[in-house]
Amino acid sequence: MTQEIIITGFGGQGVLSMGKILAYAGLLDGLEVTWMPSYGPEQRGGTANVTVILSDEPISSPVLDKYDIAVILNQQSLDKFEKHVKPGGTILYDPYGIHRLPERTDINVVEVKATEAVVKSGNPKTYNMILLGALLKLFPMVSAETVITGLKKTLPERHHHLIPSNREAIDAGAALVG
Amino acid sequence: MMNQEEVRLMKGNEAIAHAAIRYGVDGYFGYPITPQSEVLETLEALMPWETTGMTVLQAESEVAAINMVYGGASMGKAVMTSSSSPGMSLKQEGISYIAAGQLPALIVNVMRGGPGLGTIQPSQADYFQAVKGGGHGDYHLIVLAPASVQDMADFVGLGFDLSFKYRTPAMILADGVIGQMMEKVVLPPEKPRRTAEQIIRQCPWAVTGKRGRKERNVSTTLEMEPRLMEKNNERLQRTYDEIAANEVRFEEYMTEDAEYLIVAFGCMSRICKKAIQNARAEGIKVGLLRPITLWPFPSKAIAEKAPAMKGILVAELNSGQMIEDVRLAVEGAAPVRHFGRNGGVVPNPGEIINALKNEFIK
Repeated sequence: MTQEIIITGFGGQGVLSMGKILAYAGLLDGLEVTWMPSYGPEQRGGTANVTVILSDEPISSPVLDKYDIAVILNQQSLDKFEKHVKPGGTILYDPYGIHRLPERTDINVVEVKATEAVVKSGNPKTYNMILLGALLKLFPMVSAETVITGLKKTLPERHHHLIPSNREAIDAGAALVG
Repeated sequence: MMNQEEVRLMKGNEAIAHAAIRYGVDGYFGYPITPQSEVLETLEALMPWETTGMTVLQAESEVAAINMVYGGASMGKAVMTSSSSPGMSLKQEGISYIAAGQLPALIVNVMRGGPGLGTIQPSQADYFQAVKGGGHGDYHLIVLAPASVQDMADFVGLGFDLSFKYRTPAMILADGVIGQMMEKVVLPPEKPRRTAEQIIRQCPWAVTGKRGRKERNVSTTLEMEPRLMEKNNERLQRTYDEIAANEVRFEEYMTEDAEYLIVAFGCMSRICKKAIQNARAEGIKVGLLRPITLWPFPSKAIAEKAPAMKGILVAELNSGQMIEDVRLAVEGAAPVRHFGRNGGVVPNPGEIINALKNEFIK
């Protein structure tokens, strides 16, 4: 199994964190992982993306031009990365702010209304976990349980009270595509 | 199989910091610059002065930092600095002095796009500076080129070990990809810092006070008498010959049946491996030779392979630097061509395959 994934959107949407949480869950499951960020001056408002690879074989390039899965969170990213999805691959996109929909017919296109869901939940910081929940529902490369174990291992104790709301967000994301 | 409990997920820059503490480094002196700032940041977060007693200092400038390394190295301490390309230019005078003084030290360059202030994105354009002597005079550094986060962790210890063995400064020549990416890493075991007595035994040349010796140790690079300075140069060159004879390191990938060879180091070697996998799926027999030591350069290994190759592609994040050393090794035995991107642009595997086809497979 090898999944070559790009997560791309605005800085501040939790793109890099989502990739890191996914990569760490892969590590816990004994997979090979790489996490390569675009590390330009990308604070809140600029574009940010991260390439995450999970594989049961050694990973060569951390930099790719073709992806199995693209998680796309704004129009600029859709315009840029739609053509880089492998035939038969998948785009997950949040329709909020998207005015031109994906056009390719040789890939799977899945709409995930994550912005709408996170506004309803009243907990905007869990936005990326909703997307992660949707991603893992469609591609169970790691389990939600492993993700939660990863959060417990990496978050300082004082933040552990936030873990249940992250679990709820993962479940809410899974429900959006389920 | 790695013991999963010991496996961590971290950036290459963070791995350098962790490995330094675990090696028992005495002092780190640096100044922040993207894309290597996490080295200093991680050291400050880990606060090793509370545990191993390691000194971590943000100097007032890169020039100050390298001269602090010079001072610490003169005392036989295990000392290091890190920076990125523009900062590394500032350090070159100090590096020349450390090399001339036959002092051990570890210098880390996480390269970014240049020349000038350039960009903060990955580059390999400091190859010449690192392997040909960026400072003045006839000297070499032992230059290690990591291609993974694991290499970043492992090369701290390797760099210091070689540096102390040969009394020659070592450099880890990384790039923004390897510094910024995260992957799995198993950190090296923890070693205690050497005691003052151990340092005196290991480094009888160190400036540690007279300690009962009749003659005091002096660390200087100045010699007013040319004939004596020539002797100093000869001594350095003998050391470099010994290093070149014993410390060449390289990695081969799918070279057994290869008709084409790609030579690439650092992050480019990783991208080229993916390109090779894809090219082989199309029936192109191509392999990789990845120099791990850029100095000493694996000239012999390349020379031995060259006659069997229909073409050799040197892939670098620069306009053609390592290709000069490849051509010197090949001596016309095979056509050698260059593929490069510049200024912080990182190519994808497809571009490498296209370059290989355009140059050799028409």
